[in-house]
Amino acid sequence: MNIASLLAKKGPKVVTVQPEQTIRQALALLAEHNIGALVVVDRESRPVGILSERDIVRTAARDEAVFAKTVSALMTKDLILGLPQDELESVGRTMTDRRIRHLPVVDQRRLIGIISIGDVVKAQRDLYRGEVETLQMELTEEHGRPASR
Amino acid sequence: MTRPGSESEPLRVAIVGAGPTGFYATDHLFRQTEVVVDVDMYDRVPTPYGLVRAGVAPDHQKIKAVTAAFDKVAANPRFRFFGGVELGRHVSVDDLRAHYHMIVYTTGAQTDRRMGIPGEDLQRSHAATEFVAWYNGHPDYRDLSFDLSQERVAVVGVGNVAADVARILSRTPEELAATDIADYALEALSASRIREVYVLGRRGPAQAAFTNPEIRELGELPGADVSAIPAEVELDELTRQALERAPDRGTQKKVDILKEYAQREPTGKPKRLIMRFLVSPVELLDDGRGAVGRMRLVKNRLYATATGTLQPKATGEFDELAVGLVFRSVGYRGVPLPGVPFNDDWGVILNEKGRVLDAQTKQPLVGQYTAGWIKRGPTGVIGTNKPDAAETVSGMLEDLARDIHLRPALPTPDAVERLVRERQPQYLSYQDWLRLDEIETRRGKETGRPRVKFTRVKDMLAALGRA
Repeated sequence: MNIASLLAKKGPKVVTVQPEQTIRQALALLAEHNIGALVVVDRESRPVGILSERDIVRTAARDEAVFAKTVSALMTKDLILGLPQDELESVGRTMTDRRIRHLPVVDQRRLIGIISIGDVVKAQRDLYRGEVETLQMELTEEHGRPASR
Repeated sequence: MTRPGSESEPLRVAIVGAGPTGFYATDHLFRQTEVVVDVDMYDRVPTPYGLVRAGVAPDHQKIKAVTAAFDKVAANPRFRFFGGVELGRHVSVDDLRAHYHMIVYTTGAQTDRRMGIPGEDLQRSHAATEFVAWYNGHPDYRDLSFDLSQERVAVVGVGNVAADVARILSRTPEELAATDIADYALEALSASRIREVYVLGRRGPAQAAFTNPEIRELGELPGADVSAIPAEVELDELTRQALERAPDRGTQKKVDILKEYAQREPTGKPKRLIMRFLVSPVELLDDGRGAVGRMRLVKNRLYATATGTLQPKATGEFDELAVGLVFRSVGYRGVPLPGVPFNDDWGVILNEKGRVLDAQTKQPLVGQYTAGWIKRGPTGVIGTNKPDAAETVSGMLEDLARDIHLRPALPTPDAVERLVRERQPQYLSYQDWLRLDEIETRRGKETGRPRVKFTRVKDMLAALGRA
């Protein structure tokens, strides 16, 4: 299973912010959409950073003036980007190893979606559940009547 | 107006598509106890079960046993089936909106992805899904023909459909005769002159999608010697590192099985099955008469993307295979339904966790839902659609609790039956199907097969005394 199968049922909207916007504006977006991170994009819709609630909390803990700062001052610039064909198994491992909660997804460098570690875990759980379901069904059948091959 | 879901005013749900997901969604709706639900299930073919009947290979009867669970769901008195009724042909989305509180589209991925290479449209180049539907007796595909007089054939892809096709092509007539393969397919495959079947994977053995039981099965065929090329099943450095970082017994086993195949000597069986890895077709070449004569391949090597997925990259080194028949099995796509917003990027219905979205506003459309492959794309096994359908059904129940549903003018079972009778008098009910099932199984018993399928709609109707 790959990232595309997660994006397929996520709906097309990704909430983004631009580097020169303020943290106050970014917080309003996080609250309005009830999300934990914003992808920071340039004018060509290419991701240039990610701003998480943690980035803001970390600065706010020591700096009262956090609200007026720009997004670019607080965002994480060291981005890992996903591709639609990336497989959830390696994506999940990379996100866990590198402690990434949100992964922007690009196609030809243009932002097309964002997935969270929660999305990856749920998809993998559904996959395993499905396999268990199918195996159990086949085993039950085997005992029910003679296997036909 | 009271909220639907009571004994006197049940929640009326239409499910479009009678495959596994349609039954799983129905099952979830019937299992919850808060709301009384009526389900009418539609399918464009007269018979239920979707790909379990028309996709799962005839020599995998155990997997087909899942239909017993579907029959249990269908036995609920609140369930009805309208087989042979097609959305956009016999009924429209507006018709359904006039009769139901909620509609769920579970139509699956009905078409295949193309390779996108020159020569793909030559004769004797086919979608594997069409071959599968043909040998399984799907009424829409039964009249296709495949030139099985060719001696060498390539199956492009290493997923479960590719494995099925390679296996069916490699089976002996005696083995096939013990399955419920369509009669005409049994006849054609028994006369097949195929001697070599190539299975082509664009990545390495560790990345092949088929499961270990599927691979093992290919090595145990009575009528075909399996082989692989030693250099192609040797692990590359990146795969080796990935397996060291995250050891995975299943993958290691898969590689071991394939390495063992690469060591095997032919034992003189009538056919050969050759597994190739790290190759991609780049062109199908004309035999001079408008049909496939050869295939040009490029060799690949793997590279890691930013998230660590290993993907193929062409090396510039080429190879050729003399094959006269090609089946591509490189992925599937959903087909848009008339009047339902579609997401062309992923080949699915435009949706958010199963709620169908308006094409313009991207807001949920009241009362319209989707589940299964047409919701998320073709991934997982049959059972994966169960949790997927559960996600959709919980969205439906949430919406109902907030009184979000359609307000149909004619929310009664009788009104639906009148409509369907008028538009498609030849529809099949579940009772009709159970009778057909019994006849098919009885015909099978007489010849030592699980069943002998009806593959023409008119034959089904005749068997039911309705011709």
